[in-house]
Amino acid sequence: MSDSQEATPNPTLYEQLGGEAAVNAAVDIFYRKVLADHRINRFFDNSDMEKQAAKQKAFLTMAFGGPNNYNGQDMRNAHARLVKMGLNASHFDAVMEHLGATLAELNVPQELIAQAAAIAESTRNDVLGK
Amino acid sequence: MRRITIGESTFSCQPDETVLETLLRENVKVPNGCRQGLCQACLMRSLDNSPPVSAQNGLKDTLQAQKYFLSCICRPEQDMTVALPNQQGASIEASVIDKQQLTPDIIRLILAYKTPFNFFAGQFVNLKRPDGLTRSYSIANIPHHENILEFHIRRLPNGQFSSWVHDELELGAQLTLSEAQGSCHYLPGRAEQPLILIGTGSGLAPLYGIIADALAQEHSGPIHLFHGSRDLNGLYFVDEMRELADKFDNFHYTSCLSGDSAESDHVRGRAHDIALSSIESLNGWRVFLCGHPEMVSQSKKMAFMKGASMSDIYVDAFHVIQENK
Repeated sequence: MSDSQEATPNPTLYEQLGGEAAVNAAVDIFYRKVLADHRINRFFDNSDMEKQAAKQKAFLTMAFGGPNNYNGQDMRNAHARLVKMGLNASHFDAVMEHLGATLAELNVPQELIAQAAAIAESTRNDVLGK
Repeated sequence: MRRITIGESTFSCQPDETVLETLLRENVKVPNGCRQGLCQACLMRSLDNSPPVSAQNGLKDTLQAQKYFLSCICRPEQDMTVALPNQQGASIEASVIDKQQLTPDIIRLILAYKTPFNFFAGQFVNLKRPDGLTRSYSIANIPHHENILEFHIRRLPNGQFSSWVHDELELGAQLTLSEAQGSCHYLPGRAEQPLILIGTGSGLAPLYGIIADALAQEHSGPIHLFHGSRDLNGLYFVDEMRELADKFDNFHYTSCLSGDSAESDHVRGRAHDIALSSIESLNGWRVFLCGHPEMVSQSKKMAFMKGASMSDIYVDAFHVIQENK
């Protein structure tokens, strides 16, 4: 892996994190943390866990700086139902906490965690419908 | 240019176009969402050539083996005949060759089919009787040179189809079958992986087939089956499973009864509670859950929280169709 990374002069965050394989490794850990968290698991309680996991994967891909087509309006529409259920900044903070803990668990260096967190953070207002 | 055939129509896939883009351009209705291969809303199946591997990214391995793919990221490498997941393919004629009462509630039904058809043990087919009434049942056997299918059919209160099978269906009668469907089945590879299978009532049917498949393909890891029911009417094949456990060192069987009974021959409690509390961590395990929908959804979450990867959990929830007649 290191050879191919050196061949690219400026590897993207997504490449540095390990691309899709890293997202796949992270999604189970992240989703497990979210489901175990009583502050927020009601927002993720979906009878179709596969669909829910696919959404987590899309979120992580975006936070990892990977390819995504999401825009602010999509984010707003997708979370409007949850905002009605009471989704607020404290819940967003909890998700951010799990994102950081997931990456730390995968031994991702702190500076890359900070970059991923910054991308996720940039969706805050759209997610919360602000 | 590749040609995409769906139903009776064939379209040309322009260079650089995905299968989804071609079909939408031709006004074929295909559900879709993220268009980047993540949400799986645009899932389709190839009926002939294998889809590009890249278009199967993130799909369950059992779906990959059945040539399912995500149409939004599929740039075809060859001509393809495709279908939406619920689009019915060919129907197969079959006749009843055996009926055996396993318990007062459960019947073992053996059908013989004439036209060859592919299936994995644990998948389900729709059984249709001559007047059109149709129900889904799981296949309990592995493909066999005698072209037979085994089903375990539980009599449901007011169940039109199940009562008819129990009371009226005669040897030699004809039924129509759909193609085999569903992703809850065994795949070879990872032979050392421990397996846990939990089933309630006739949820044993797919598990029975999956176990036969795993053993026939020389699965070497431990295989733990927990079968439960409220009472003895839903518990069957107890002797067969015990014999199998004697024969194969890696196969372990626990029968469970959750209702009030004086039976000391079985473990007391709900199968999934007993199963999931008996194993510390399911990290690295393959999990199969079949039967009562509530048991399946609870166990799925519990297995995942206990460390099983989402991609390693295979489920078949037996939803009961509400009947008013």
